[in-house]
Amino acid sequence: MADNHSVKKKSDIAKGVTIFFFLLPALLLFISILIAPIIVSVYRSMYDWNGFSEGTFIGLENYRELFTSGSIKFMTSLKNAFILAFFSVFVQLPFSLFLALLLGRKVKGEKSFLSIYFMPVLISTVVIGQLWLKIYNPDYGILNRFLDAVNLGNLKHVWVGEVGTALGAIIVPTIWQYIGYHMLLMYAGVKGVSTDLREAAMLDGATKWQVDRYIVIPIIKPIIRVSVIFAVTGSLKTYDLVRILTEGGPFQSTEVPSTLLENMLFLRNRYGMGSTISVMLIALCFAFALLITAAFKDKEA
Amino acid sequence: MAEKKTLSASGYQFEEIKKTNPVVRVITYIFLIIWALINIFPIYFMFTFSLKSNDEIFGENVIGLPKEWLWSNFTSAMNTGNMGLYFVNSLIVTIASIAISIFAALMATYALTRIKWRGSKLMNSFLMLGLTIPIQASIVPVYVILSKAHWLNHYSTLIVPYSAFTLSMSILISTGFMVDIPYDLDESARIDGCGLWKTFFAIILPLMKPALSTIGIYAYLQCWNEFMFANVFISDSAHRTLPVGIKALSGAYTTDWGPIGAALVIATFPTLIVYIFLSNKIQESFIAGAVKG
Repeated sequence: MADNHSVKKKSDIAKGVTIFFFLLPALLLFISILIAPIIVSVYRSMYDWNGFSEGTFIGLENYRELFTSGSIKFMTSLKNAFILAFFSVFVQLPFSLFLALLLGRKVKGEKSFLSIYFMPVLISTVVIGQLWLKIYNPDYGILNRFLDAVNLGNLKHVWVGEVGTALGAIIVPTIWQYIGYHMLLMYAGVKGVSTDLREAAMLDGATKWQVDRYIVIPIIKPIIRVSVIFAVTGSLKTYDLVRILTEGGPFQSTEVPSTLLENMLFLRNRYGMGSTISVMLIALCFAFALLITAAFKDKEA
Repeated sequence: MAEKKTLSASGYQFEEIKKTNPVVRVITYIFLIIWALINIFPIYFMFTFSLKSNDEIFGENVIGLPKEWLWSNFTSAMNTGNMGLYFVNSLIVTIASIAISIFAALMATYALTRIKWRGSKLMNSFLMLGLTIPIQASIVPVYVILSKAHWLNHYSTLIVPYSAFTLSMSILISTGFMVDIPYDLDESARIDGCGLWKTFFAIILPLMKPALSTIGIYAYLQCWNEFMFANVFISDSAHRTLPVGIKALSGAYTTDWGPIGAALVIATFPTLIVYIFLSNKIQESFIAGAVKG
């Protein structure tokens, strides 16, 4: 008996060692690049630190400054991120859902339409940004020349250079680029709804829109939830198009948290404050992911 | 009963034809086609202005096909703009990141799904945190550590973070594939005297081949197009990846659009060409990544 026991223990240890080695590469990467830096960031967010000296502990002073100081523009950046999130959730996603439902009805060529609509997702945002810069160019851009051509010259703008239009000039390509992504996810869900169920409802006299509204949409709710989470956290994390189109300008009116974070490192040498911004970003992403999940649970119950 | 069913089925088809108003049908198609054009236009626009001279772009021929196909834009993007080098850099970084990410993910997934142990669920949730953690989370500490160690401006400066950022998704996707492999295989291998290691390499890995392309495609798009880390961590031109290179090029050629267009085409067309042949596979990999989460 005792022998058996120790043999079992030995094989347990061997098993444990094997599990450890199988997990090792993933854990090394994951902990060194994601988990440890978060812990360091939380710690450093309480320091006045230039990245190279020891720094001074200042408690929550960075957080206080972040939310109250007008010169850091964090509130502006949050407002911009939330505006973007608003348009993502209430313009981009409904439009994606509409396309997914439409294509889910066996239109001729649905596969080709789907493939074309998904194409912008594959293109680097830097490339998308460069293309839109050419569209927005005040002198030679397609947009202003089009307005000239249809005699609406008075609507011309220096699109990415004016405070009134710069944020809009970022929102339009951002929303446009990822419509195809959300559409694809929702389309996969729509296609998963059994045709029997649809046909049964149609036989009962439901119109196609009623079938979509009362059968398809409730079934694909989990996918819509994932889309909402991606849209909101994606908006909080946005960086590429801002960097390319406006550099946060004019007069820092289009800054987002990520561009501020970079500025803290390279323009201001404030690594402590940079850490504070990244901690806020992590907290916001998790908070919204949980909130959205909870909101969807409520509705489902 | 059976007869009635077929009757009603055909009745339904008849009804459907009646219900779909031809006007609605035409409007639907016009709408779908317009949206398709809006999505194709930027690619068309990029391709055509990459072959035009400034005279054409700034003159009357903004959106038409180029009158004179100016391939020299591509030569200047490659030579003066260094796009060839950036292309190779992107390729090296992307391939290495994908390889590391897949390797680490497959091993971890094996331990998580095919070996029974307490805590495997917890470990899985822990690794899935990476799906929500923004990459901005690690930028400050990683930057400080790398610059103190003089490790900025290497390929590995990007490869290691990229493999880490794609890891959670790689594990998620490969879990989906690995749980579909029948568990009997493991047991019969065990009976034949295979240990856990041998089972992994000889039995599970070969069966995971279909998963490789799904994970690989997803990771490829993340790495090939990544801009923030590359922009922050790489300052010398020798290690720039395509997105950073394009930004530098557009700063240098503010008035000369042709070579910029050529650079955009160089960065984008490999992806689009692969997409033409593998569109289903690519779409599947995005669905696998999101729907199972």
